[in-house]
Amino acid sequence: MMVTVNDVCHLVRSKNAGPYWVTFDLFFNSAEDFARYATCDALGPKTFERLFGADPAQVKSFPVEKLEMVKISYARSSPQGGMVERDMHCGQQFVRLLDVALD
Amino acid sequence: MTDDGFEPIVVLVPTGSLGAGAREAEVQYGIEQGAHVIATDAGSTDSGAAYLALGMSKNNRGSVKRDLTILMKAASGAGIPLVVGTSGQAGGDLNVDWTRDIAIEVAAELGITPKIALLYSELSKDVVKAKNAAGRIRPLAPLGPLDDETVDVCEHIVAALGPEAYIAALEAGADIILGGRTTDTAVLACYPLWRGAGLGASWHAGKVGECGAQCTVKTVNGSGCLLRVGRTSFEVEPLSTVNVCTPHSVSAHMLYENSNPFQLIEPGGVLDVTDADYTQVDPRKVRVTGSAWNRQPYTLKLEGASASRYQTVMLVGIQDPVVLNNIDQFHDRMLGVLNDRVRDTIGEAAGDFHISLRLYGWNAVSGEKVPEGTSPPREVGVLFVATAATQEMATQIAKACNPYFFHMHMPQHEEMPSYGFAFTPADIERGPVFEFRLNHVVECDDPLELVRTVWIDLALKEAA
Repeated sequence: MMVTVNDVCHLVRSKNAGPYWVTFDLFFNSAEDFARYATCDALGPKTFERLFGADPAQVKSFPVEKLEMVKISYARSSPQGGMVERDMHCGQQFVRLLDVALD
Repeated sequence: MTDDGFEPIVVLVPTGSLGAGAREAEVQYGIEQGAHVIATDAGSTDSGAAYLALGMSKNNRGSVKRDLTILMKAASGAGIPLVVGTSGQAGGDLNVDWTRDIAIEVAAELGITPKIALLYSELSKDVVKAKNAAGRIRPLAPLGPLDDETVDVCEHIVAALGPEAYIAALEAGADIILGGRTTDTAVLACYPLWRGAGLGASWHAGKVGECGAQCTVKTVNGSGCLLRVGRTSFEVEPLSTVNVCTPHSVSAHMLYENSNPFQLIEPGGVLDVTDADYTQVDPRKVRVTGSAWNRQPYTLKLEGASASRYQTVMLVGIQDPVVLNNIDQFHDRMLGVLNDRVRDTIGEAAGDFHISLRLYGWNAVSGEKVPEGTSPPREVGVLFVATAATQEMATQIAKACNPYFFHMHMPQHEEMPSYGFAFTPADIERGPVFEFRLNHVVECDDPLELVRTVWIDLALKEAA
């Protein structure tokens, strides 16, 4: 069966990190899920390019083992509050990650 | 807490942002715990560039006055200083002055005469250009090198201060400090740093406390937190006695609104929490050890906000199944029709205009295509956004589009539909598009180089 982000995380959130970066926090259900998925390809730069138009070179991933979570940040492709802004605080961007298939 | 015999410095953080709602009982609890200082931040870039560009607060005057009244009364009663950073949301000179006027009014109402230090950190364009010409301004990713043109489009430019100007003001006997743009962390760290607490502990405590109760378990169940900062460790507890901190709630806050969970770049150094250890010391408190501060050449981060191009908006509600069953076609067709309409009726004069249609109830937030097979919504709200060089042109564009936005039919329609406008007139002038323009740091030889400190001693004013 296909496993998605939503299946292995108990909390997924997104938010601005200053006007030029967006950051996602993915808290896994267990140490096993963290070990298996935190740095998997499906949570790599290409996914953020596909979903958010991010420059893959400007996607950073920080696994935090103690918290069984991974923080993934990318540089925004359009400025906060710009002409085509739809989510000023980026607080809704996490939703697009929930259905990403992990394996 | 024992920490080499060093008496911990107690910082009362009443709220994550001045005006968000300090609670009198919580402040009272913190004072009873022996707080040495009340410190709070009053702003952020989080809500966008409008507040810096306009010199306007996000919180309304009444909310800020309410919080200042609680805090000034408590600080004055306990004989401890009150420190506020990033006054008036953006920390520009206008934002500081707005907060200053409220503080003076509150002081008069409370019958107190504090000595107030105003720390201005707004920079003139000339200063920024000169620093840039001298090679002292560096870009941060994703932006490139700064040019004069970018400086010129900014309405206001501020530098985010470190703790040094605050420490100088405390040293000079300030009862209240109202700072311009400052890093959230520095506002909370300044007092412990002044009194000799550890660098790593002070800065990390500042980061943990910057959003008040955000570092607690029930973030909705209280406003503030209390920090006890020693030489090599600090403790944090919620100000609400029914709330608790846990190692998880405290360590997780380092993640908040920060792109890197281990390091935080601050003026003059980097806070590194890679080796930090979090322990529960009692049911409500967490102790943190192992926070490190690595000194770096002194830099201040710059923020600049522009107001360029203007927008006019319209909103219709649509329940017509003919539209809803073919909603993506409807969007694409209408966007084409409206752009043609502007070219036909306004032509060249419309300039480099832009129209977007956002289908609330369908895909407005992401703007992405909805997966095949998704059921049609029961209704959508269509937000029309025209952007043009002037407000007048944006409105002309909206007016030109109005009949089609209101009546555009689909091939399946037997007669001309009329969608549900909410207002008359239908078009609403939204104002300029506000954007941040800078993501750069300026190198300083002296941390106080770009700060202007102005004193208001209300005792002297009263005597005069």
